[in-house]
Amino acid sequence: MKALFDIREVWLAAAIVAMVGLVSLRFAGFAHPGNLAQLFNDTSILIILALGQMVVILTRSIDLSMAANLCFTGMAVAMLNAAFPAIPVPLLIGVALAVGLALGAINGLLVWKLDIPSIVVTLGTLTIYRGATFVLSGGAWVNADQMSPAFIGFQRTQVLGIPLLSWVAVTVIAVFFLVMTRTALGRSIYAVGVNPTASVYAGIDVGRTKFIAFCISGLVAGLAGYLWISRYVIASVEVANGYELNIIAACVIGGISIAGGIGSVGGAVLGALFLGIIASALPVVNVSPFWQMAISGSAIIMAVALNARGERKQGRVILRKAEAA
Amino acid sequence: MDTTALSPDVESVRHSPAPRLTLSGIAKSFPGVRALHDVCLSLYPGQVTALIGENGAGKSTLVKILTGIHRPEAGEIRIDGEAVVLGSAHEAFEHGITAIHQEAVLFDELSVAENIFLGHAPRTRIGTIDWKTMRANANEVLTTMGAGHIDADARLKDLGIANKHLVAVARAMSIDARIVIMDEPTAALSAKEIEELFLLIEFLKSDGKAVLFISHKFDEIYRIADRYTVFRDGEMVGEGLLADTDQSAIVQLMVGRAVDRIFPRRAANIGAPVLSVSKLSHPTEFEDVSFELHKGEILGFYGLVGAGRSELMQAIFGITRTSGGEIALEGKTIAPRSAADAIDAGIVYVPEERGRQGVVIGMSIFKNVSLPSLKRTSSSGVLRLKQEFDLARFYTRRLDLRAASLSQDVGTLSGGNQQKIVIAKWLATVPKVIILDEPTKGIDIGSKAAVHGFMAELVEEGLSVIMVSSELPEILGMSDRVVVMREGRIAGIFDNKGLDAVRLVETAAGIGSA
Repeated sequence: MKALFDIREVWLAAAIVAMVGLVSLRFAGFAHPGNLAQLFNDTSILIILALGQMVVILTRSIDLSMAANLCFTGMAVAMLNAAFPAIPVPLLIGVALAVGLALGAINGLLVWKLDIPSIVVTLGTLTIYRGATFVLSGGAWVNADQMSPAFIGFQRTQVLGIPLLSWVAVTVIAVFFLVMTRTALGRSIYAVGVNPTASVYAGIDVGRTKFIAFCISGLVAGLAGYLWISRYVIASVEVANGYELNIIAACVIGGISIAGGIGSVGGAVLGALFLGIIASALPVVNVSPFWQMAISGSAIIMAVALNARGERKQGRVILRKAEAA
Repeated sequence: MDTTALSPDVESVRHSPAPRLTLSGIAKSFPGVRALHDVCLSLYPGQVTALIGENGAGKSTLVKILTGIHRPEAGEIRIDGEAVVLGSAHEAFEHGITAIHQEAVLFDELSVAENIFLGHAPRTRIGTIDWKTMRANANEVLTTMGAGHIDADARLKDLGIANKHLVAVARAMSIDARIVIMDEPTAALSAKEIEELFLLIEFLKSDGKAVLFISHKFDEIYRIADRYTVFRDGEMVGEGLLADTDQSAIVQLMVGRAVDRIFPRRAANIGAPVLSVSKLSHPTEFEDVSFELHKGEILGFYGLVGAGRSELMQAIFGITRTSGGEIALEGKTIAPRSAADAIDAGIVYVPEERGRQGVVIGMSIFKNVSLPSLKRTSSSGVLRLKQEFDLARFYTRRLDLRAASLSQDVGTLSGGNQQKIVIAKWLATVPKVIILDEPTKGIDIGSKAAVHGFMAELVEEGLSVIMVSSELPEILGMSDRVVVMREGRIAGIFDNKGLDAVRLVETAAGIGSA
């Protein structure tokens, strides 16, 4: 459990609990289990996306195209559903995963084979994927009345009293936790981020590891594409415009170091929850959306400052121990 | 080279003026390592002093003290008789000390003129940079130095390394530096460029600068320097006029008493060849390298820095591409295209730069140890933590690693213990050949002995070891045979029986053969 909740995550969790506590002073129902479950459900898509982004950031890269990928994939499955309502939802999810993976693989290949910095690659593909969505749809929307009831209803299915969307998020969290802590791939991702040179000497293919990371972020962006469209029941070129910044913000607040190699599944989940709670708690206590943005922004800067301080403290520990040895 | 006849020039050196810079009693240590102890050095205006010493003798530490990067723990620095404190790079600069490094530390994206005048650019009345004056001044400085061919507007990155040196010297001239340190300035230069650099040093001399010239190459030292100072193990062991001293006397000073440390005794039980390298070449770093490594043998690789030893080893390890030749392991030709290939074949490499290439700081001990063995500690991609811990526990125990817990971050350990982890991680892959590149560089005496003892154990168990080292005692104390490399080629292979340190150094430096 140490890897899931190290000290940084404990502080973040405490901040979240404190925030819930404060809001429930003004609005008693806020801390009610039902409301909290609803809150988790509302944040599920962000959690899923943040986990994909986390893997990429850990390898010292960044994926700015996730929201554009989500938009394209969502449009693709929405149009498929509108044209062929008979296609079962699981198959559509399969299509979403495949399309998302393909778009992620394009990013990964460019980063790996052409050795272009990921921020440039994904800034380019962000625009391309948005443009491709326009080409695909001709600029038209897919509305709720064009989507099949199964398409819309799938994630709202209640299992043990909780919507399927939340279960999907829980499953994704569990899978990421296992991959990052219990597989050779997860270990390689961390090693590449912490020290790429030593990783090369240890026989790890750094380029290939980054490629796989982009495939993972593409895969979850595809999954999120279906979930987003079926949740907000509208597919347009504008879907999730600018949302890549929320994804990155969740990671940063969650203690994932932009310099790579540091971060955990627990951190990414808590970072996303933190943003989710700000978004739903502040309207409850009558704080304007503009203050919400300012608070999210301050949280990002505070998180980075605290993490930087934490790492400096570690440095001092190193010195002391080296002297003692 | 005729060093006996005293030219009038030598006579003028004898009647030296007062020293420009004197160091006395300088001491500096780093955790576990005493870098400098009671060091003295004098530099004279209009003269070039060569600083000579093996790697690890303390030359770079001294340069760092003179340029204000490190502060000495004891001792005195005087410039023109006046005691000074060089507390920062800026203070060193203010006192007129400037250093020209192996790789010029200038700004690639700025123009030549900007590089020369960075930090002291001429200003206009309203405080903006006076480009016209700056360009004119730059041209003037360059022309005085005989480097008028360099365009003051050119971007630095478009210049060759030799011209970059010229720009660095021009910068020194423009700030009116009185003391110029040249730290192996010829390392990356062609013969023609070296000649140009020497003309420039002559110019600096005639301009009354005190020059400290650090080089491994004796022909250069005798060509350009007036005086020498020899360092060994952080101490000054001799100084004088080059005109009075022949090369072998200086080599003797560098080497000192032969092996003065205790190395583990071992029964040499050398078997059949394991690794044979034939005619291995690289486009720029080494050529036509052939040697054999036998089972149970420690093969030492000696040479000056930049002789191509590390590059050769990286090629054998699959990290650097070769342009020709063959590597065979146990009779089978292999062509490792990545470190993973070499590890699979049974060759591992403990790199020289432990912090950058060796340990993964920020990861725990057991994760470091298992990193190249993840295939073995996992089944179908899923890691078996118990196997990982067992592996790490077994090998760290063998190396006598002192750590509170295997989950501890390797960054919290001393250099010696980090090196043990790097070695443990490679042993865990069960290799046939282990290449150790400067295995004891920068670690304390105790850990050194542990690493040496461990190497002896390994070869007794039938492993074959290649040890790249620039430390003569280590080479002579540990190797069964010694390969000496010079300028990318093998300059000699010696049996280590009654092998003479002086002979190794002379072979590595090309004295007597060239």
